[in-house]
Amino acid sequence: MTSTRISMGGRIDRSRVINFTFDGKRFAGHPGDTLASALLANGVSLFGRSFKYHRPRGVLSAGVDEPNALVTIVRDAVREPNLPATTVEIYDGLIAESQNRYPSLQFDVGAVNQLASRFLGAGFYYKTFMGPKIWPLKGTRFWMFCEHFIRRAAGLGTAGLEPDRSRYERMNAFCDVLVVGSGPAGLSAAKAAADQGANVIMADIDARFGGSANWSEETIDGAPASEWASAIVQQLATMPNVRLLSRTSVWGYYDSNTLAALERVSDHKTRPSFGEPRHRHWTIRAGHVVLATGAFERPMVFTGNDLPGVMLASAGQRYANEFGVLIGRRVALFTNNDTAYGAALALKRAGATIAAIIDVRKTVSDTARSAAAECYAELITGYAVQTTEGSKQLDGVRIQQFDGQRTTERERLVEADCLLVSGGWSPAIHLASQAGAHPIWNEDLQAFLPPPPTDKWVGAGAFNGTFDTATAIDEGLSAGRTASGNTKPRKTKSSVVEGYKCQPNPAPVFEIKGKGKAFVDFQHDVTADDVRLAHTEGFTSVEHLKRYTTLGMATDQGKTSNVPGMAIMAETIGKPIPEVGSTRFRPPFAPVSVGALAAERFGDLKPERLTPMHDWHIDHGATMYGAGLWYRPMIYGLKGETVEQAYVREARAVRSGVGIVDVSTLGKIAVQGPDAAEFLDRVYTNMFSTLPVNKARYGMMLREDGFVMDDGTTWRLGETEFLMTTTTANAGKVMQHLEYFLDVVWPDLKVHVTSVTDQWAGAAVAGPRSRAVLEACVSGTAVDNAALPFMGIVHGEIAGVKVMICRLSFSGELAYEVYCGANSGTHVWEALIEAGKPHGITPYGLEALGTLRIEKGHVTGAEIDGRTTAHDLHLDWLLSKKKPFIGSAMMNREGLQAEDRLQLVGIIPLDNLPINGGAHIVEELHESHPSDSIGHVTAMCYSPALGKYIALALVKAGKSRRGSRAFVSDPLRKRFGPVEIVSHHFFDPEGSRLHG
Amino acid sequence: MLISCPHCGPRDVSEFTYQGDGNRVRPDHASTDIGAWNAYVYDRVNIAGEHNEIWQHSGGCRMHLSVTRNTLTHKISSSTPVQAARPTQKAARKSRTKA
Amino acid sequence: MAEYSAFSVIRNALSGNRNWKPAWRKPDPKPSYDVIIVGGGGHGLSTAYYLAKEHGITNVAVLEKGYLGSGNVGRNTTAVRSNYLLPQNIRFYEHSMKLWENLSHDLNYNVMFSQRGVLNLAHTPGQLDEFARRGNAMRHLDADAELMDVAAIKRLMPIVDDSDNARFPIFGGMMQWRAGTARHDAVAWGYARGADRRGVDILENCEVKGFLRDGDKVVGVMTSRGEIRAKKVAVAVAGSTGHVMRLAGIERLPIESHVLQAFVSEALKPILNTVVTFGMGHFYVSQSDKGGLVFGGDIDGYNSYAQRGNLPIVEDVMSEMVALFPSLATVRLLRSWGGVCDMSMDGSPIITTGPLPGMYLNCGWCYGGFKATPASGWCFAYTIAKDQPHDLNAPFSLDRFHRGTVIDDKGQGATPRLH
Repeated sequence: MTSTRISMGGRIDRSRVINFTFDGKRFAGHPGDTLASALLANGVSLFGRSFKYHRPRGVLSAGVDEPNALVTIVRDAVREPNLPATTVEIYDGLIAESQNRYPSLQFDVGAVNQLASRFLGAGFYYKTFMGPKIWPLKGTRFWMFCEHFIRRAAGLGTAGLEPDRSRYERMNAFCDVLVVGSGPAGLSAAKAAADQGANVIMADIDARFGGSANWSEETIDGAPASEWASAIVQQLATMPNVRLLSRTSVWGYYDSNTLAALERVSDHKTRPSFGEPRHRHWTIRAGHVVLATGAFERPMVFTGNDLPGVMLASAGQRYANEFGVLIGRRVALFTNNDTAYGAALALKRAGATIAAIIDVRKTVSDTARSAAAECYAELITGYAVQTTEGSKQLDGVRIQQFDGQRTTERERLVEADCLLVSGGWSPAIHLASQAGAHPIWNEDLQAFLPPPPTDKWVGAGAFNGTFDTATAIDEGLSAGRTASGNTKPRKTKSSVVEGYKCQPNPAPVFEIKGKGKAFVDFQHDVTADDVRLAHTEGFTSVEHLKRYTTLGMATDQGKTSNVPGMAIMAETIGKPIPEVGSTRFRPPFAPVSVGALAAERFGDLKPERLTPMHDWHIDHGATMYGAGLWYRPMIYGLKGETVEQAYVREARAVRSGVGIVDVSTLGKIAVQGPDAAEFLDRVYTNMFSTLPVNKARYGMMLREDGFVMDDGTTWRLGETEFLMTTTTANAGKVMQHLEYFLDVVWPDLKVHVTSVTDQWAGAAVAGPRSRAVLEACVSGTAVDNAALPFMGIVHGEIAGVKVMICRLSFSGELAYEVYCGANSGTHVWEALIEAGKPHGITPYGLEALGTLRIEKGHVTGAEIDGRTTAHDLHLDWLLSKKKPFIGSAMMNREGLQAEDRLQLVGIIPLDNLPINGGAHIVEELHESHPSDSIGHVTAMCYSPALGKYIALALVKAGKSRRGSRAFVSDPLRKRFGPVEIVSHHFFDPEGSRLHG
Repeated sequence: MLISCPHCGPRDVSEFTYQGDGNRVRPDHASTDIGAWNAYVYDRVNIAGEHNEIWQHSGGCRMHLSVTRNTLTHKISSSTPVQAARPTQKAARKSRTKA
Repeated sequence: MAEYSAFSVIRNALSGNRNWKPAWRKPDPKPSYDVIIVGGGGHGLSTAYYLAKEHGITNVAVLEKGYLGSGNVGRNTTAVRSNYLLPQNIRFYEHSMKLWENLSHDLNYNVMFSQRGVLNLAHTPGQLDEFARRGNAMRHLDADAELMDVAAIKRLMPIVDDSDNARFPIFGGMMQWRAGTARHDAVAWGYARGADRRGVDILENCEVKGFLRDGDKVVGVMTSRGEIRAKKVAVAVAGSTGHVMRLAGIERLPIESHVLQAFVSEALKPILNTVVTFGMGHFYVSQSDKGGLVFGGDIDGYNSYAQRGNLPIVEDVMSEMVALFPSLATVRLLRSWGGVCDMSMDGSPIITTGPLPGMYLNCGWCYGGFKATPASGWCFAYTIAKDQPHDLNAPFSLDRFHRGTVIDDKGQGATPRLH
C-alpha cells in the first residue's frame, strides 16, 4: 500500500503541522487527523501484530471497529495501551508505540507461531499441556510450566507501573431526549427534538459531529453533506436547550433509561487545560433516547484477507474525503453489494486508479455498472478474491470465477496496492440490545436489525437498516419528534439528497473458501477453519462458538466479525443464520477507561471520618489507627517506646491514676418519643422502661435470628428521651435496624430515632483519680458519689461549655464519659487535660483501651462476630424473662444452645510470651501438622495489672474447660506453647474498683 | 435503575438499601411459634417476575418503601410508603393492640 | 472417543482437523432415566460425571434450558480457593481443591487450573489477625495458608499501591498458594465430555416446565422436549433455584436471587500473577492467560433474574481497582456481564435430599459456586446415589436454618445481600 496525503480536500487543517512519533520515528500530520490517517498519509502500512500468530497487520477501518491497528500512547511515564489508532487524535508531542511485537514491528520473532499455526487451531489448549500423570509433574505442575510461556506470549499492550496522575471526573445529566450519533439521522433527530422545545443532549463518539456527512459525496438540499451538517450543528450549538458532546461514546444502556457515556475531554491535547480532566464519565438520565448509531461495514472472509492493504471500502472513502488521505494509488475493490461502488467513485475522484471491481454477483445493477464505468474500472462480476499477494503489504489479489458457493479454475492476478472490501453492513444495535431488545434477522440486508422502538428509545437511519440518506433524515426528524412527545404527523418536506444512490442489499456471501488462513476475527486470529472446527466438535451455538474460538472477544468486541462468524457456522450446520443464535450485547459498547469510572474516587476512595479532637491527637504524638472510615489514636508513643511499652504505660496510668480517651466514634442515636422506653424494651434483651431518668444502663441487642448484634450503654435523659450508644463499627447497622422496626414492623410506636454520632464529642476519663479531675473542672453540678453514682448522669459545664457526664466504665475503674457538642470537643478535651495535669492525666489509645477491657473480660467486635450468642459470651444475665424482645424466640433453637459451641474464656500463656489474635487453641500440639482446633484467640495483651500476657478466646465448651491446660497453635506465625484456660474475668472480678 | 421515593421523587438506586422480600409478615412480637419465626426470618419469596419488596431510602429521607418490581426486567410498577402499602399488616397490628 | 493429547492435536491437524468428534453427543431424550439432573451448568454436569464415575449410575440425563454452561459456570471470575473460616466450609472446599488439582487428568481435558495463589490484603492489624484466625483454621484442616508482609506483597505485585498515604494502606495479607484460577468454560465442557463418554445424555435446549408427581413423590419432569420420567430428579440450577422450585410447588426457600456483575479489561502483557482481594471493600482481580484483567466486587444487592446489573456497582468496583493499582486507571474496561446468584441466608450452600420425595436439591452457592464445582458434583452424586448426604455435605442441609446450625462465614445473619 502506498498511501499518501492528497493535496486538497478533507476536514483537516493543512495550515498547521503536528509532530508526533510512532515507534520512535518522527512523523507529521495536521489538526483533524487521527493517528491512523496521519500515519497512512506518511505511507505507513504496518501498524501492529495479531494476537496469536503475530501476523503483520495494517488498518482495516477508520473508527471504533478497528481490530488491527492497536497502539500504546505514552504520556510522561503513564502508558495507555490498546488504543485503536483510528480513534486517537494526534497532538504535538504524541508518542505512540506498536504492540505485541519483539524486538520490532518489522521483525517480530513471535511470528514463528505461524509455522506451527496448523496445530494452534481453536481450542487446542484444552486438549494439550496436561502433562504426565506421574510425579513430579502430575497435578497442575506441567500446565503451570507451559502456562508461564503462554502468558508471556499472550496479551496485547503493556500497562504501566507508574500511577496515573490524571484527573477524572463524573457528571450527571438529565434530558428529555438523548441522541446518540450525529450523522444525518442523529442531527435531524436532535434538531427536531430541540425545535419542539425539548432538552436535548447529542453525543458523538468522534471529534467532529456529522458522522457519514463528513465523508459522504452527497449533497443535501443543494449543499455538500458536510456543510449541511455543519450548518445544523451550528444551529444546535446556539440553542439553550441543547448540549453537544463530541468525543463522547455512549457505552452503556442501564435500567430506567440511565445511559453511561465517556467523554474524552483532553486526550487530543498535548496538555489538558487548567482544571480539565482527562476523561469525564457521564451518567445521563434521558426521557427518551434516539439511537442513530449507524452501521459497521463487514469485511469478506478469504485467504490472506488480513494483509496490510486490505481495508473496508467505507474506510477508504472516509480516509479520502474526511482526512485527505489516499490509501492506495492502484486500488482494487471486492464486494458483494452496491454500496462499495460509491467508495470506488470517491477514490477515483481523489486520484486513485481503480484497477478492478470484483463483485461476487454474476449480474449487478445498472447503478453499479455505471459507477464502475465512471471510474474507468474493470468490472469483474461473478468473481471472487481467492487470495492476496504480498508479504507485509499487498501487491495484488488472485481472483477466480465464483458461483456463489465456491471458486473454480480461471484464476487471474489483479495488481493493486490496496484492496477495498465490502461484505455488507451490520447496524450498530448494541445499545438497543443492552436495553433488552432482541434483534431480528433481515434476509434482504443480511443483517440483524433492531426490533420496533419501545417507550424508551426510537431508532433512526442506518441503525434501522436505512442506508438512504434522505430516508435517514426523515426517520431522524420523526424520531426527534416522537422522542420529544410530539405524535402529530410532520408537515415539513423531505430533504433532497443527490449523489450516488444504490440498494444496500448484499448477496448472501460471507466467505470465499480456499486454502490458507482466512480471518473472521482479525485481532484474535480466528479463522473460518476455526469456526468449522468448533462445529466439528459440537460448539455450534453462537455462545459456544464465541467461547470456544474467542471470536468476537477481542478489544473490538466483534464489531466486524460477529455476523461473518455466525454466517459461516450457519452454512456449516445447514441452518439459517438466526438459528445459530444472536448475540446479546453487553456494556460497554466501546472500551472505557477504568479511571473515568472511578472518577472523583480515583485517589480518594472513601471519606475520612475524624473526631473533633483529631488534630490534638496528631499534635500529641498519637499513632493513628484506621477503624472503618474513622481514624483513632492507637498509642501516644513516647520517643523510643515500642507499641507494647506505650500501651502498658498508658493502661497502667489508668489503673493507678487517671487516663483520658477519645470515644467520639461510638455510635450515638437519639431515641425520642412517648413510646421510646417500650421500643427499647423490644430492641434490647434487658429492660429499659424501668430505668430512671438520668441513669444509664448497659444493654445488648440480638438480631432476629437470636445471635448477638451489638452492645452499648443507653442513657435515659428524660421520660421520653434516650441516648443510645453503639459500638463504632455497628453504628450504621443499628440505626437501620431501629428504623426498619419503627417504619415497617411497629409503625404504631410513637418513637423517633436520629443519628447524633457526629453531633457529640466524647471523652472517657478513667482511673482512681478521675473524680478529682472532674471536680477540678466541672461547674454547675456536683460529681461526688451522691450526685453522680455509678451509671448516673449529670449536666454541667466545663470551661464554659455545656457537658453531659455519665459515670460508666469500660476499663473497670472509676470512670466517666464526658460528652459535649462536637464543635467544643477539643476545647473540653484540653480543659480536662489541664485539670488532669496535677493528677498526671495520660491520654490513652485503642491499644490501652483494649488492654483494660481484656483484663476485665469485656467483649467487643472480635467476640461479637455475628456468630456468638449471649450464652456464648456469658451475657445470659442480660436476657430478660419478663418480656419478649427481638430474637427472644429464636435464641433458644438447638443450634444456638449446643453444648460444644464456642464460648468466651480467658487464656494465660504458661510460657508468658505474647500470643496473637487469630491464634488457635488445641488440646494436643502438633506443630508440623496442626489439627483439631478447639477455638481461637480473639484478643491479647500484656496486662500491667496482672504482670503477664493474657488473652481472650472463644473455645468449644469453654466454660467447662476453665482451669484446664491446652496449647496455643499458630502455625501462620509459628507460635506454639502451653496455655491455661481461665475465666475471662481476669482483673477485679467483683467490680469493686469502679465504685471507688 | 431509578426508584421513585414518595417523599423525594425519583432517585438513583445507589441511594437505597434493599431490605428484601416484602411478603414476609413478622409473627406477633410475643409469639413463641418457632415455626412462624423461622419462616419469617429465613424463608423468602424469590419470584422471577413481579416481586414485592422493601427498600429504604437510606441515602435520602430514610423512609421505607414498598416496591413492586419485576425481577426479570427491573421495571418498577409501584413504589409507596411501606406503612400505607401494608394495610393487612397494619390491620393485624391494630387488632393485636386491641387484644 | 479419542483421548486428547498433544499427539492427537498434531495427528488431527495433519488431517485438516476434520476427524475430531463432538465433545459431547446431542442425543434425543429417552422416555425415562434412573436420574435426571435439571441444570446443565458446572454443578449439574459434574454431578452427572461423578454419578457415572464414582457410583456407576450412567442412565442419567442432564437437562439444560439453553446451551450447556450458559449459567454461572461461564459467567464467573474463575477463582478457585478454599480459604474459608468455618470448618464445615474449609473441609468441603478443600475437598474441592484436591479434586481440582487432578481435574485435567481426570477429565482428559485441560481446565487450566493454575495454582497461582489467592492473596487477601489486610489493611489494619486487626484485620490481619482476623485473616490469621482464618488461615490458622485452614492450616488445622490440612489446607495451606500463610501470611505475607508488605514487602513480599510489593515484590509479588509491583503495581500495588503500598504507600502509607493510600486511603487504606496495606498492612499485610494472607496467601493461599494452592488456590488460583481455572478456565471456566473448559470446566463445563470437560465435565460434559467426561459424563457423555460414560453414557450420560446431555440434553440442551430442554427447558423444564414442570415436575411430574405421583402423589407427593417427584417422578419426572415436563420439558420443552416432552415428558421425561426418572426414579430420581436432582435440581442443580443455582441462580434459578427460586424459579424452578416454584414449578415444584415450593414457593419459599432460604434463598434470594441476586445479580452479580463481573468485568474484564482489554488484554495486557502479564502484570498480575495472583488473584488479589482488597480488604476494605469488596474487590477481587486476577489476570487471565489471555491477558485480560478479570475482576468483580459486590452484588448489586436486590433480587434479580435479569443477568444485568446497574452503574453504581460498576463505579464502586472500578474505584477499588484504581485504589489498589493506581497505574491501571488508563486500562480500559472491555466487557461486563451479570450472573444470577442464589444468595442463601448464611452465605453457605445447600446440598441435600428432598425437599420432596424423589427430589434432590443443590443450590445456594452465593458467589462461591465455581470453585465448588468438583466437590459439589461429587457430594451431590453421593447424596443422590446413597439417598443420604456424605459427611462433607451433611452440614449443608436445608433444615439447618430452622435448627440454627447455620454456617455463617461472614457473620451477617439472614441478610443475603451482606454475605
